[in-house]
Amino acid sequence: MQPTAVRARGLTKAFGDVIALDGVDLDVFAGQIHGLVGPNGAGKTTLLGLLLGLAMADDGTLEIFGTRVDRALAGSWNVAGFVDGPGLYPTLTARQNLAALASLRGEAEGRSADVDELLDRVGLLEVAADPVGGFSLGMRQRLGLAAALLGEPRLLVLDEPANGLDPAGKRQVHRVLTDLADAGATVVLSSHRMDDLAALCDEVTLLSAGRIVFSGPVRKLAAESGELDYRLVTSDPEGARRVADDTPALSQVAGRRSPAQADDQALVVRGPEESLDGLVARLVAADIAIRELGPVVPPLEAAFLALTGTDIDSSTVDEESTR
Amino acid sequence: MTVSTVEAPVQRRPVALRRGYRFELTKLVSQWRLRLVFLACLLAPAVYTAVISRQTSLPADALYGRWMNQSGWAGSLVILVFMGTLVLPLLTCVVAGDVFAVEDRLGTWRHLLVAVRSPRRIFLSKALAALTVTMALLAALVVSSIAGGLISIGSHPLPGLDGHVMESGELARTVLLAWLSIVPPTLAFSAVGLLGSVALGRSPLGLLMPIVLALVLEGVQLMPVPVALRVALPMNAFITYRGLLTTPGQLGSLWVGLVVSLTWAALATFLAYRLFMRRDFTDLAYDGSGRRFVVAGLVPLAALVAVTTAAVAAATGATGSGIERSKLEAALATSFSHLYVLQTEELHRPAVTEAQLQATARCDKAGDRVVDTGPGADWRCVVTWTLPGATATGTAIYQLDVAADGRYVADGDGPKEVNGFFQIHTSRGDAPNPLWQFDGFVDLLDNPSKGTQ
Repeated sequence: MQPTAVRARGLTKAFGDVIALDGVDLDVFAGQIHGLVGPNGAGKTTLLGLLLGLAMADDGTLEIFGTRVDRALAGSWNVAGFVDGPGLYPTLTARQNLAALASLRGEAEGRSADVDELLDRVGLLEVAADPVGGFSLGMRQRLGLAAALLGEPRLLVLDEPANGLDPAGKRQVHRVLTDLADAGATVVLSSHRMDDLAALCDEVTLLSAGRIVFSGPVRKLAAESGELDYRLVTSDPEGARRVADDTPALSQVAGRRSPAQADDQALVVRGPEESLDGLVARLVAADIAIRELGPVVPPLEAAFLALTGTDIDSSTVDEESTR
Repeated sequence: MTVSTVEAPVQRRPVALRRGYRFELTKLVSQWRLRLVFLACLLAPAVYTAVISRQTSLPADALYGRWMNQSGWAGSLVILVFMGTLVLPLLTCVVAGDVFAVEDRLGTWRHLLVAVRSPRRIFLSKALAALTVTMALLAALVVSSIAGGLISIGSHPLPGLDGHVMESGELARTVLLAWLSIVPPTLAFSAVGLLGSVALGRSPLGLLMPIVLALVLEGVQLMPVPVALRVALPMNAFITYRGLLTTPGQLGSLWVGLVVSLTWAALATFLAYRLFMRRDFTDLAYDGSGRRFVVAGLVPLAALVAVTTAAVAAATGATGSGIERSKLEAALATSFSHLYVLQTEELHRPAVTEAQLQATARCDKAGDRVVDTGPGADWRCVVTWTLPGATATGTAIYQLDVAADGRYVADGDGPKEVNGFFQIHTSRGDAPNPLWQFDGFVDLLDNPSKGTQ
C-alpha cells in the first residue's frame, strides 16, 4: 500500500485570459520520484508553484500529505524546493547562503556542520567559501538543491534541477534524489530531458496546454510512442532500400527532414517492431551488413511528440520559459 | 494500486520577524557596494573637514563655511548643509531604493516567499533592515564630520545664527540635535525609496526615486513659492535645524518639518506596503508598473502636499514668501548686537552688552518702487546703535542676500572701522572680523501680525 504525498483534483489556474492549468488530476505517491514534462506553456511551473504554496488554484482541490492546502504560503515545513531557478544571493558564499536560509528557519544556531554536510552531498564543499556570484549554472543548481534539502523535507519540488549540469553533476544530483526517495521522501520535478526522466522517475506526468495527456509509469509512456522511425546504415544502401520495399508493413520515410537526411547512406523506415525484425532478417539473408540501427527519435520522446501533438521540427522539448 | 494518506504534517507558520530581519540585514551587509558607501561615509566627512579647515579659501557659500578654520564644530555643520541637498536622498536610493528591486533583479522572490511564507513579514523585514543600514550610514557621517573637525581644529566657540556666542557644551548639544533633526526627512526619503523599489521593480527609475524627488523638491524650493507650501515639503525639513542655532530657538519650521516628514514616511511606507501585498508573485513577467506607481503612489503623496500646505497655512496664518522687512530688521539688529559685543571683546574695548547697544535696523529692498518683501540680493539695511555714555549714534550699512529659505548673508558696506575689513587685530593675532560678513536667519513661519514666534 502506497500512501499519497500529493493528491490534486480538478486543479484549474488562469492568469488573465491564459489558462495555465485546466482541471488537472494528479496523484503522487510517497517515496516516489515523479516527473513533470510538457512543452512550453504546458503548466508545469504553475503546478509546481501550487505544490510549493506560491499561489492558490482558482478551482479544484490540492492535498499534500493528506492536508488540504486552502491558502497560499500555508504549506508545511515538510515541503521545499524551487521554481524558476534556485534563488541564491550572489554576494553571499555558498556556505553563507545555506547558513542564512537555515537561520531564517531557526535551524542555524550551532548547526554549521549540517550546512557543510549538505554542501558535501551536492559536491560543493570545496567551494563553500566562494561567493555564489562566480558559480556556473550547474553549481547554482546543485546549491539550490542543497538549500531545498535544509530541514530534510518530505516533499521536494524542483523545477528543472538538472538544468545546466554537466554529466558528473547530473549523476550527483540523480544520486541525491534517488537516495532521498529511498529514504522515503517524495520528489516532484520537471525536466525537458526525457532521458533524465526515464533514468530517474518512477512515474511521469505529461502536460499539454494545461491538461494531463499522460500520467503513469515511464515504461507505459514508451508504449504510447506508436510506430517509430528507424535509421539504418548498411553496407549496401541501394540493396537495403530494395529489401525494405519488399518488407510487409514497412515504409520508407522520404522527403522528411530528419538527422538521417544529412546522410545518403542511411535508410529511414517506419513500421511496427515485428516488421523491423523482418527487415533485419531479410538484410542478413541478402548478405547486407547492418552497421547502425536505431530509432530516429527515442521512444519516450516520440511518445511525447505523439501525445502533445508537437511537430518533429520543433521536437526539442525545451525548458519551459513561461509559467 | 491502493491509495491512502500519511499522517498530516504540522502546518507551517511564517518565519519570525526577528529572523527575517537578520536575513535581510545579512544580505544588505554582504553587498560590496554598501560596504564601500559605509566606508565613504566614515572617511569622507572627516577628510573633507580636516583638509578644508586648513585652507585659506573656505566654502563661504555654505552655512558656517567661513568658520571652518575657527571651530571644529563648523565642519560638521557644513557637512550637514550638503546632506539635505543630495547626499541623504542618494544614500536612501542605494539602500531603500534597492531593497525590493534586488529580488526582482536576482529572480529570488519565489524562493524568498517559500522560505518566509509571509509577504507581510518580508516587507517589514526589508523595511527595518533598510532603515537600520540607513541609520548606520547617517551615524557614520555624524561621527566622522564631528571627529574630523574636532581633531583638526579643536572645540572652539562659534556664533549662532543670531550672533550669540555658542560655547563647546551648547555647540555639542546643538550640533547633535541638528543631526537628529534630519532623521525624520531621511525616513521620508527612505519610505519613498521603498515605494519606488516596490512599484517599479528593476526599473532604474524605481532605484532613483528618492533622488529624483529630491531634485524636483530642490527646484521647487528655489522658486519663490508660498511659505506654507515650502515648509510642507519634506525637503525643507533638512534645513529647519537652523532654528536651533538661535536663542531662543526658532522652532516653528522645525516642528512643522518633523510632522511633515513623519507623515510622508508613514504614508509612503503604507503605500509601498499596500502595493507589495497586492503584487502577484507568480507573474514572472512583472517588471513594475509605472501606472500603478502614479495612481497608488504619486497621487496620494501629491494630495498629502496639498493637505499639509493647507494645514500649515491655516495653523500659522503664514502667507507670501515669509520674508518680510520687519522680520529681517529684527533679525539683523539682534545678530549685529551679539556680534558687536563679540568684536568689542576681541578688541579689548570697554565692555558693552547687547541691551546697552539698543541696536535697530532699517531695511529696504531695491529702492522705493519695490515692495519690501521676499528673497533677493537687493536688500540694503542700516543698523543704528548707541554706546553707553556716548551722545552720538553709530551706523553701519549692510547689503543682504536673502535666500528663499530664510537664510541671509549680511555683507558689511561700511564704515570700515566696524565692518570694512575681513580681519581684526587681536592680542592673539589676526582673527576674522565677526561684523564684516555674517550669516543670519529669519523664521519663515514667524508671523508678527499674529504675535507668534
